[in-house]
Amino acid sequence: MATARPLGRTETDAVPVKAGGRWTRPRLRREIPHGNRRGVAARVWTQRSAYVFLLPGMLIFSVFTLAALIFAVYLTFHRWSIIEPDRPFVGLDNYRDMIQDERFTGSVLNTIYFSGASVPLSMAIGLLLALLLNLPLRLRGLFRAAFYLPVVTPFVVSAILWKWLYNGDYGLFNHYLLQAHLIDAPLLWLSDKNLAMPAVILMSVWAGTGFSMVVYLAGLQAIPDELYESARIDGAGVWQRLRYITIPMLRPTTLFLAVMGIISSLQVFTQIFVMTSGGPVNKTTTMVYYMYLWAFKYFDMGYASTLAFALFLMLLAFTALQLRLMRQGFDA
Amino acid sequence: MSGVVAGVDLRQAAPEPAAPDRRSPRNGVNRFTWQQKVVTYLVLAPLAILFVAPFAWLISASFQPMGEIFSTSPHWVPKDPTLEGYKGFLNVGHLTKAQQGQGHGDWRWFVNSAFVAIAITVLQTFFNALCAYCFAKRRFPGRNVIFMLFLATMMVPGQVTLIPNYLIIKHIPFFGGNDWMGNGGHGWLDSYWGLIMPGIVSAFGIFLIRQYMLSIPDQLLEAARIDGASEFRIFRSVVLPLCAPALAANAIFTFQGAWEDFFWPLIILSSPEKITAPVGLALFVVQNRTSWTLLFAGSVIATLPMIIVFLVFQRKFVQGIALTGVKG
Repeated sequence: MATARPLGRTETDAVPVKAGGRWTRPRLRREIPHGNRRGVAARVWTQRSAYVFLLPGMLIFSVFTLAALIFAVYLTFHRWSIIEPDRPFVGLDNYRDMIQDERFTGSVLNTIYFSGASVPLSMAIGLLLALLLNLPLRLRGLFRAAFYLPVVTPFVVSAILWKWLYNGDYGLFNHYLLQAHLIDAPLLWLSDKNLAMPAVILMSVWAGTGFSMVVYLAGLQAIPDELYESARIDGAGVWQRLRYITIPMLRPTTLFLAVMGIISSLQVFTQIFVMTSGGPVNKTTTMVYYMYLWAFKYFDMGYASTLAFALFLMLLAFTALQLRLMRQGFDA
Repeated sequence: MSGVVAGVDLRQAAPEPAAPDRRSPRNGVNRFTWQQKVVTYLVLAPLAILFVAPFAWLISASFQPMGEIFSTSPHWVPKDPTLEGYKGFLNVGHLTKAQQGQGHGDWRWFVNSAFVAIAITVLQTFFNALCAYCFAKRRFPGRNVIFMLFLATMMVPGQVTLIPNYLIIKHIPFFGGNDWMGNGGHGWLDSYWGLIMPGIVSAFGIFLIRQYMLSIPDQLLEAARIDGASEFRIFRSVVLPLCAPALAANAIFTFQGAWEDFFWPLIILSSPEKITAPVGLALFVVQNRTSWTLLFAGSVIATLPMIIVFLVFQRKFVQGIALTGVKG
């Protein structure tokens, strides 16, 4: 399209002119700022293509996010079964039931247990690996790929694989532990009520550490070499440099990883679904898995939505923190 | 218009300067003694073996016949390698429904996954970029309000909208036997519409691309405007080529997320011929079907695209994580 748009702009509009003793450039009409005296309607009309561009995104967003959110609130006040035609308003009953539901409080504790163990572990190992792999090693690339491999593996595949590794009769874990005489009898990893959650956590740490490592590596590379150099000149040893330069300089990275890790670990579902189905005796029933049960096994969408809101409240604080970190990171 | 504009310096993630070779001792910063090197390798090697071993076992087991997988001492190198598992996925078309019910994999899982993941990736990257362009480079009444609305929804976890979205999908009018009020049929349930449509915009993706677009100088767009380019032309020929790195990051993360997405396909799809690979494999294992050879082969096939994407885009990938700090 080589023809000019019929908006009254000509090339001379953009040519600087001398006005009031200063060289200024007249604004193009399409860039009229919000404070302009022209009416809103006129500005909307001028910018109509922007709305056309936004339309598909806005449409999807309005239906699957905004409407869905309002609908979710509505659901929590109803007994809404997808198999019964009757969907009565029940007020705050769902919330009351939830507070008195021991399986729910159990699932909250299980979720906190999972997050509290898996997040610090994968971060600590990730930091250690990043520190070592930031050194000038010949096989560095190979090692990085090795530790990152589990992150690339689809989560369902990891869960299936580990379910086999934990197998009581044929699993590799029992085989090697028995061979090393660390245990006398095969352990029932996923069906022992004290072992099931640690087993799931171990698998999640395996799957998530590579990600922490990569983010930490990026953080390490952003630390200027001059800091280390001057510390070295001042006679600081390895530990002192780590303690007084590396760790403090990595603070934003650590904070970011912690928040992101907590947010995603509170939503743990796939491992539970594949490896334990919430058992034994609800010991690995996490909040999201419990919500899934109510929605798609017991078909009570109202109560399931209430459970989802409980999760939302737990996540809200962390997500607000994350958003703040992100904005700082980007607008800086 | 080519992606490179003379004299325009993009702020971030423009092709990064070649990384300094840290192996060569520079200023003595990174020099360390051979003893330290040995210790480092002694820490790294066992850890690396622990991290890779499960994966190596997966590949090895996918070539082992059932008897060997179930033998009391695991074989790391298959004694009697078989392609049985991989064949199971290719031959399924010739099997009866009953045989499939007994636990045979289906090559369609992977085709389905690929279709859904590619569709979501292409559509989402395009629509995200469209929205991002408006938020970054256009000034129109309501812009800030709409943008804040997008940003605010990033705080809402997927689980909260999961259940209402399931019901919305079920009640989409005119589809799946629904009337115009959305009642009567199953709507977009058990169809790829229901899988793809909610995924074609992402508030996070819009934010990511917008931040990148802010670094494109306005003068460039003005110049195109003066030359008489339409808004869409400017978007397509000037803006899109310039934010290729951000688009690539968005596309890689979206593809990865869509390929391994589990929860949403699990609840939306129900026909065996429509399910995606993660759902197929997970249901396979949960329903206690016994063909582990097949299951491991399927797992390897499901992992391959991820590994290929990673190897091809390795640089962009790490760069993208550094840029956004986020995976998936």
